[in-house]
Amino acid sequence: MTNHWVDIKNANLVLIMGGNAAEAHPCGFKWVIEAKHNNKAKLIVVDPRFTRSAAMSDYYAHIRPGTDIAFLGGIVNYLLTHNKIQTEYVRNYTNATFIVGEGFSFEDGIFSGYDEAKRKYDNKSWSYEIDDEGFARVDMSMEHERCVLQLMKKHYSRYTPEMVSKITGTPEKQFLKVCEMVADTAVPDKAMTIMYALGWTQHSIGSQMIRCGAIVQLLLGNIGIAGGGMNALRGHSNIQGLTDLGLLSTSLPGYLTLPTDAEQDIDTFYKPRALKALRPNQMSYWQNYPKFFVSLQKTWWGNAATKENNWAYDYLPKADKVYDVLQAFELMNQGKLNGYICQGFNPVGSFPNKKKVVAGLSKLKFLVVIDPLNTETAEFWKNHGEFHDVNSEEIQTTVFSLPSTCFAEEDGALTNSGRWLQWHWKGAEPPGEAKGDPEIIAQLFLRIRSAYAKDGGAFPDPIVNLTWPYKTPGNPSTEELAMEYNGKALADLTDPKDPTKVLAKAGEQLSGFGLLRDDGTTTSGCWIYSGAWTQAGNQMARRDNSDPWGIGQTLNWSWAWPANRRILYNAASSRPDGLPWDATRKLVFWNGTSWGGSDVPDINPAANPADADRVQPFIMTAEGVARLFAPSGMADGPLPEHYEPFESPLDANPMHPQNAKARANPAARVFKGDLEAFGTAKDFPYAATSYRLTEHFHYWTKNVKTSAIIQPQQFVEIGEALAKSKGIANGDWVKVSSNRASIKCVALVTKRIQTFDCGGQKVEMVGLPNHWGFVGLAKPGYLVNNLTPFVGDANSQTPEFKAFLVNIEKA
Amino acid sequence: MSSLQSLDIAARSATTTATPHARSTMEVAKLIDVSSCIGCKACQVACMEWNDLRDEIGHNVGVYDNPADLSAQSWTVMRFSEVEMPTKDEGSRLEWLIRKDGCMHCADPGCLKACPAPGAIVKYDNGIVDFIQEHCIGCGNCLIGCPFNIPRFSKKDDKAYKCTLCSDRVSVGLEPACVKTCPTGAIRFGTKEDMHEFAAERITDLKERGFENAGVYDPEGVGGTHVMYVLQHADKPELYHGLPANPTISPMVSVWKGVTKPLAVAAMIGAAVLGFLHYVKVGPLNSDEEKDKEEV
Repeated sequence: MTNHWVDIKNANLVLIMGGNAAEAHPCGFKWVIEAKHNNKAKLIVVDPRFTRSAAMSDYYAHIRPGTDIAFLGGIVNYLLTHNKIQTEYVRNYTNATFIVGEGFSFEDGIFSGYDEAKRKYDNKSWSYEIDDEGFARVDMSMEHERCVLQLMKKHYSRYTPEMVSKITGTPEKQFLKVCEMVADTAVPDKAMTIMYALGWTQHSIGSQMIRCGAIVQLLLGNIGIAGGGMNALRGHSNIQGLTDLGLLSTSLPGYLTLPTDAEQDIDTFYKPRALKALRPNQMSYWQNYPKFFVSLQKTWWGNAATKENNWAYDYLPKADKVYDVLQAFELMNQGKLNGYICQGFNPVGSFPNKKKVVAGLSKLKFLVVIDPLNTETAEFWKNHGEFHDVNSEEIQTTVFSLPSTCFAEEDGALTNSGRWLQWHWKGAEPPGEAKGDPEIIAQLFLRIRSAYAKDGGAFPDPIVNLTWPYKTPGNPSTEELAMEYNGKALADLTDPKDPTKVLAKAGEQLSGFGLLRDDGTTTSGCWIYSGAWTQAGNQMARRDNSDPWGIGQTLNWSWAWPANRRILYNAASSRPDGLPWDATRKLVFWNGTSWGGSDVPDINPAANPADADRVQPFIMTAEGVARLFAPSGMADGPLPEHYEPFESPLDANPMHPQNAKARANPAARVFKGDLEAFGTAKDFPYAATSYRLTEHFHYWTKNVKTSAIIQPQQFVEIGEALAKSKGIANGDWVKVSSNRASIKCVALVTKRIQTFDCGGQKVEMVGLPNHWGFVGLAKPGYLVNNLTPFVGDANSQTPEFKAFLVNIEKA
Repeated sequence: MSSLQSLDIAARSATTTATPHARSTMEVAKLIDVSSCIGCKACQVACMEWNDLRDEIGHNVGVYDNPADLSAQSWTVMRFSEVEMPTKDEGSRLEWLIRKDGCMHCADPGCLKACPAPGAIVKYDNGIVDFIQEHCIGCGNCLIGCPFNIPRFSKKDDKAYKCTLCSDRVSVGLEPACVKTCPTGAIRFGTKEDMHEFAAERITDLKERGFENAGVYDPEGVGGTHVMYVLQHADKPELYHGLPANPTISPMVSVWKGVTKPLAVAAMIGAAVLGFLHYVKVGPLNSDEEKDKEEV
């Protein structure tokens, strides 16, 4: 979230799209209710199904799965053509004014720089025009034909209401009603918040859907303000913590990234990361990349990380490609990956094309499952009849199950969607032989380390030199780990402006990442978490909910990254002269001498708005402003464009009917063999989508009796028209098939799923709730991921669980 | 539940003795704002947890309602209704009305009136209607008396069960478990007066959003209820999974209470007398058993 849960109460309009907050985030949804009851907010829900969120909405529009960019692009077009943008915000705080180089083009659905053989873009031609001083050229009138605003006008002019309706199946009237309601928030004193979740991420164009939402918000001036923002609702209680701490194959903590193969020396590594400002006087905060990186290396390798060895840069693996989960299972299937540790992860349930996932696990030498509950992954080798029909004798994988603890059985911090790190205390001792995850990992590590110490190996240094400063080496405490990610001073840190002033003494916990140094005198295991456990103690354990400004800004409740800032880009809540756009929802503003207000300013507190080159509020970008057009950072284009899901009921992309290359995302990675496993509308005529229900949490709560009672058995949802044409009555057993497998379950016939009219072509949809599997207390069921396709988003590689093709018939 | 000392009993089934009145108790109510209910069923789970109930892990019968009906183990269930409502500009609009079903705690409880077992059903001064299972004879009259089809019988003990409005919690100053759990604040608890006041706020908001017939459900036919609903369409309560528009106590119960009850009481006394005579003549029931033991 750019904002946070409580802040949703400040919204005038809530748009839930690509998510189902009432269903999947029932506790957080209370803030939508709060906005409705106490702020007269309206709620719009745009979703393929009439969901529990839709049941709470003031306006609902239905949309064919996977067509959100068409809908949002249509909104962009509406805002631009009706001049419903917050013009001064757009002019000053976005790159609408920036001039893109002459080499950029977009033809027949493909951006310039495309390499068809590699399915990859070279983004050089997407760059800005650079002047002699190395700064990007801008046109503050926003009239230059190659300035971003004009490029966008051209790009989105194709997203007419007729075209939107043809692609999305949303009636034009419904689409336009949503446009009008959204456009009302283009004024400074109205805010819309967008709440989204996996309904946007789980597509082959998921990252661009989210970007398109952000573009809408930027045009409306709704980013950086109370009641606004782009708010990702995180699914697990600590999935935000997972990404923050870099638990992805090529990530490092704090959104630093692992070097690639081409980056064998540290300067090459820094160059694309420590970005120089693209406009005069901008903070371009990633300039500090070396400080964050060296502090991380010092945390991990202590005295072994020296200036001479470039802070142990060679200890880091250099990635030849992304090793996401799809890649890992592809490699298992190729026999190139033969051991796997699953910690708090159930890929047999959670990853697409179960057949391929199970085939991969079956080729492993060993599999370790660390989980508090029994999972399908731990039992992948066991025959469970029709629900999981494998031949155990043919599977030679050794499986180790290590029982771990549930959240209520351990102390520690969870990071919520709003980036708050909230410390919690254990409520019960774990049962049986269960151990906490730190203990399990520590025990594994100590054994691996002693094996390396004893036997050597190709490159033992990163393992044997890893710091391990915990009082009980075999069981590090969560307090120690938290203090470690905050970081400490390794020498006295003096004020660069006044060397007599000591800011932190050697050995002290740091007060924040502002103190981090690139000379090896500081540590921080995750720079964005610096400030969470200071010399004053555990900031995450704070529980003072006072709200002095009355807008839900409780700065003394827990601790939020970065720097306890609750709303990101909050300096954009004030006009270029430093005064709030809307005096009734003040975040931070210039008081004549410094920035201050109800939040921690997201700008240098001394940055005077009257300066010739004003410091701009989007301090993380090299531009200082937000990017409507992304000259870098996206694998699949600088502007979001609609592509069909890889399995689509439409023969062609209505945007580019003549170009088969632009049917689905041209830059998405597709493994050999998976292309053949995609089905076509001829055999599998119905759009399908998979989703969660409020009664269950993923595949865990089917182990819980109360949850099993309130939603006991697998079902599939279909509309009345499809049910009638197939002779399926409510409660009948049905067989649902994709090109990969088929499942059987009960049919739930509902008015909440309606036929999509896509320019005359009628598209029916089948809705597949997850949650059931072959272990647990609930009635056994088929994992829905028997059916889903093995392809992911071009940027994040998140699988396309939300749009694929199936057939359905009476069982 | 058994009777709770800090709650005065205002009415007791099949009882003619006077009820205590020394203490002044406020009338309470639970208000269920259907327009803010997301149907998450947290209230169902809270009810199971607090009351130590666990229903069967059942089947999906083509609806979201699970368990599919109230039972001795499920004292509250969510009822989901899909309705198409006419609108001014778009023809019709789909609504998914989700109503938490359970005992309404009527001011004039048909169950209590119908119950022939002395003290098996009580109404406390604060308005809560409670079943005292140890006095229940399993006759089923409460179900005939109830205009909302609420009480359910346990196969294990043949006694009737229903929502107690957490009388045990309320008696010590706590809100019912479902109220405490509700994540959106759709279920509220307080004095009946405060609940009406809050309902009025909600109704104003709903009317502003175009629900012209929004209103509170507190039906007069049963003297008002201590569980009330805020409904978007208060003119059509039947839309909400058949919530009765004008609930009244079955005439059969009124007949029983009016004309036939004295006769029935006479019959019961007669039965007791006959039983006594039988005892005098034949002796205690277990005499045969004792004889058997002696023979062994």
